[in-house]
Order: sequence, then C-alpha cells, then structure tokens
Amino acid sequence: MRFITRRLAFYVVAAWTAITINFVIPHLLPSNPVQVMMARHPEFPPSARRALEIQFGLGHQGSLLHQYVVYLGHLVHGNLGISVLNYPASVVEVLNNTVPWTLLLVGSATIISFVIGTLLGIFAGWRRGGWFDKALPAFTFVQAIPYFFLAELVLVLFSSDLHIFPAYGGYQLGDTIGFNGTFIASALTHSILPALTIIVTSMAGWMLQMRNVMITTIGEDFVLAAQAKGLSTRRIMFTYAARNAILPNIAGFALAIGFVIAGALVMEIVFSYPGVGYQLFQAVTNDDFPVMQGIFLAISATVLVCCLLADVVYVLADPRVRTRAAY
Amino acid sequence: MAIAVQAPVQTAPTARRGEFLRSMPLKAKVGGGILAVFVLIAIIGPAIAPYDPSAINATQSVALPPNAHHLLGTAVDGGDILSQLLVSIRGTVVLGVLTATFAAFLSVAFGVTAGFLGGVADEGLSLVMNVFLILPALPLLIIVLGFLPHSGQLPTALVLSILGWAWGARVIRAQTLTLRGRDFVAAARETGEPTWRLVVFEVLPNEISLIAANFVGTFLYAILTSVALAFIGVANLSSWSLGVMLYWAQNATAINIGAWWWYLPPGLAVAILGMSLVLLNFGLDELGNPRLRRSTKSRRRARGTKAWRPTDPTPVQRLEVAP
Repeated sequence: MRFITRRLAFYVVAAWTAITINFVIPHLLPSNPVQVMMARHPEFPPSARRALEIQFGLGHQGSLLHQYVVYLGHLVHGNLGISVLNYPASVVEVLNNTVPWTLLLVGSATIISFVIGTLLGIFAGWRRGGWFDKALPAFTFVQAIPYFFLAELVLVLFSSDLHIFPAYGGYQLGDTIGFNGTFIASALTHSILPALTIIVTSMAGWMLQMRNVMITTIGEDFVLAAQAKGLSTRRIMFTYAARNAILPNIAGFALAIGFVIAGALVMEIVFSYPGVGYQLFQAVTNDDFPVMQGIFLAISATVLVCCLLADVVYVLADPRVRTRAAY
Repeated sequence: MAIAVQAPVQTAPTARRGEFLRSMPLKAKVGGGILAVFVLIAIIGPAIAPYDPSAINATQSVALPPNAHHLLGTAVDGGDILSQLLVSIRGTVVLGVLTATFAAFLSVAFGVTAGFLGGVADEGLSLVMNVFLILPALPLLIIVLGFLPHSGQLPTALVLSILGWAWGARVIRAQTLTLRGRDFVAAARETGEPTWRLVVFEVLPNEISLIAANFVGTFLYAILTSVALAFIGVANLSSWSLGVMLYWAQNATAINIGAWWWYLPPGLAVAILGMSLVLLNFGLDELGNPRLRRSTKSRRRARGTKAWRPTDPTPVQRLEVAP
C-alpha cells in the first residue's frame, strides 16, 4: 500500500511539473500568438490587437503569480486556449479531433509490439545460442534505424511502387467519419503501414531486454528445482522463468512508452496521419503556440496514465512490492 | 576487465592490453570499430571532402546519379552528396559527443550525490530524476527548439542533455548505494578521508564502466533525437548534419523521384552509427554481467552440441593466467 501511495504522490508531482513547464515556456520564448495572428492576417486593423490579446488571454494581467493562478483555473475548466491555425476553433476541439487517432494507432501498435517482442525474447533466451538467438544482432540494426527513415522506405515500397496500401491520411477523403463499415475498413487499411512500422522498430527493444533477463533468470535455482521435479518444459518456460523475467520489462514499460510516443509522432508526420504528431508538426510550422502547449499537456497526461497502469500491473505481478517499497 | 586485474604484475603492459582487447566481447569490438571509423570521418571528413557541401550549380535542375565526378551523385541543386555526407557526419557526431558529455556530468553529479548522501537529499533528488525521466522529451524539444534562435549546436546539445540525463543518474545512484556500504569505502572513511576523496577516489573509479555505458546510451539518444528533429525541420538548416541532409532530401521528394543516392547514404549512416552504439553497449553489458558472457571453452563445446539449456551450469569466464 505504501508503494501505491508513494507512486501516487510522485505522479502528482510529475503532473504539476508538466503543467508548470507548460506555463513557463511561453514566457521564455520570444514570440506570442497575438503577434503570429497579426502577421497571418494583414487585413486585421491595429485595433484588433487588443481584442486578440483578450481572446488569447495575453496582455497585462497583473503579476506572474496571478497569471499562473488564472492559467490553473482555465486548466481545471478544460480551457486550453484558442488555436491560431484553426482560428477560432479551441485547442480542446483540435485535440478532440486528433487524439483518438493517435491513441488507437499507437496504443494498439505498442501493445502488439510489447506482446510479440516479449514472446520472441522468451524463446531467444530459452534457446540460448539457437538459430533465433544468433540472429539477434540483426535486430540491433533495425533498432538503430531512424523510425521515420524506415517509414519512408516502407511508404515508397508498398504505396508508390506496389500500390498495396494508401500513401497518406487516416481514411479515404470523402468518407463520412462514423461507425459504419466503409469508414472502418478505410481507416484500417490506412493504419496498417504506420502500425507495422511502429511494431517493427519498437519490438526489438522489448525482445532484447526480455532475452537478457530471461538468461539471468534461467540460471536461478528455482528453475533448476522445477526442472528436477519433472515439470513440462512449457510450464517451466512460462510460469517459472518468464513469469519472473517479465518484471523488469513491465517496470521498463513506463520509460519506453515515452520513446514509443516520440517515435510515433515523427511517424505520423511521414504518413500524414491525422493524429497528434501531424498536428504538432503543423502547429510548429505555423507558430501555433496554444495547440503546441495543448499537445504537450495531452501527451504528458497520456504518458503519466500509461505509467500508472504499468505500476498497477507491476504490483499485481510482483507480490514482493506489496510488502516493501521496491523503488 | 577482470583479466586486467588478475593478470600477473610482471606481464608487460602491451601484452596485458592485447589480452584485454582479445577478452572484449565480439559485439563490443565490432561496435567500437565502426564507431572509430565514424569518429575518424568526423575528424578528417571536411578536409577530404572533394567539394564544398553547400556549393550549388545554378544551371542544374536534376539530381545526378553517382558518376566519376560525383562518387555519390548530386542533389537537385548540384550539391555533391559525398561532400555533404562527410561534413554531416562531423555535425552529428559532435552533437552526440557534446550532449553525452553534458548529460554524463549531470547524471554523475545527481546520481552520486543522491546515492552517497541518502536520506532526505536522496528522496528529493530521486524525485527530480524520476520526473525528468517521465516527461515526454520529444514534444518538449520540438516546442523549445522550434522557438530558440537556431544559433548553433551548443543550445541544441544543452537542451537535449537536460532532457536526457535522468536515466543515467538513476543507474549511477543505484550503483553508488551499493558501493557506499562496501568495506573498502568504510575502511577509507575510518582512515579519516574527507567525503570528496571518498567519492572521487573510492566510489567513482568503480563506476567508470557504468558511466561509459551511459555515455554510449546518451550518444545514441542524442543522434536519433536530433536527426528526427532536423528531419521535421526543427534545426539549424544551414549547418550540415545527417538529419539536415535527410530534411533536404525529403523536401525535394528524393524518394519519389528515385534518387536513392541522395536519401540512402544519410539514412544508412545514422542506422550504422546507431547500430555500432547499440552493439558497444551490449558489449559493455556483457563485460559487467558474466552470465550474459560465455567462456571460449563452453562456446567450443556448444558448437558440437545443441543450444545451451537451462540445466547447464552457469557459464563463467575462465581466467587462464600466464605463468
């Protein structure tokens, strides 16, 4: 229980840090949304500046502390400001249109890659020195290829040359977004290439770590004891060795998820996938500060929730942490 | 490393070094070798580049495939790809080394302090480490670097290291915690050594391999992240790096016009450089964890038999000490 409360306290601090960084950054940077809006719309009269300042919540509003309190108040009410690029749409509306795409694509791809990678790692570690284990160094190459570079190669091969999969977007333009057969089919075919790229590039990490821990675990006495009892190989492999070897992988999940999301952001840009990454890219190229901040907050929140889930799974999987704080 | 320690004292230093090199895991040798080639190119690359990488030919409007004048072909504007590659490798390697160095300082400072002091200081510093570990680095980097004036590599390296030191600090803290309680530290303390001497002369030398492994890891992170950032245009696009090369290739749709000599060299360079770092890190890992390593004897035996089975005795490196 102590473990859970400690971790919860940590997440509160982490969330507060992310929120505060999000508040501080615009104050350190040289430009602001109003200047960008005025530059984007030369037809606006100079008098519009004041109106925009009020709308974007800028201008002279007292001390920094006061601004911070106002910012926190807005945040509690789900008010993240207004998008410059999609003016006058709010940042929350922009996020509502993009987050589900990323969540579905990256979420399912990450789970698939974790499961496949861990399973392959179990086999590689068990049959140490077997043909599959010998082929492992090849995976370090895959791991080191930049995500987006592989994405581009895959894109050219399967889309431009072979015309098997669509080249960009998340669905066929013209399809009505909704819960109907044609839309779901179109969304699925559009997600296969990006998902495959994420799975291929992120799988190697899970696999290599699982393999190494598996090898260490197999050397433990309890595995030898299980073998001496004459248990079936499958039982020893999964319920004795892998059951214990997977713990560092679960603990590492929290750290890796940040990297996976980062890679997926760049990938979305390559595939023009209508998710958070592509939106972030457009926001950066168009100086859309409020959307950038909103996306940073959304991603931070996602990472924190993922880590919390990983912690819960860890507590369920490892009875030792329930009695004493492991880290 | 164990061999270097146990070898007899009278052995000549050169022989000892040779033995140490031979005892390095194969992965570390391959990785270190490839990395050495990249470092060499980073040093002499701009000097041996046949052309000015930024020179353009105003009359040219197609990307030329490799030919006698341009060994790796040209870009659409006539820029020589080989020269760009040679100069870009320096840019990327320098950024990686700078970032890894800054991050190593930060992680040693935080990790050793937290581990050695313990108590409330440890709790506080660990909290800071874990928060930095969990913050999503890439979106933050995009936002911060997108608005910093692109003055050069130093700001980029600083921002990258500020977001990349935490993992190393955590590992070093854990190692310091175990070292702090060892007898030789206690003995040094009893002789009246001041704390800073305990840290610098007793604890740090035992963490060198860990710090090296983290240096390599941060190097890899810096390269992959900076290349990704440059690829989407968040970088100083007028100074050459592998990511900037990929950005210009992508900008001119090099892949769609089939100019493989334009986009493959920088992409492969990143992948091979990254692979060398991953291999080097695995090698360092094997050096520190004997269970991941297999003695030449057991390897020789394994060649005749099937794969290593869990019931086999734990392979331990056998030390053949020269008479």
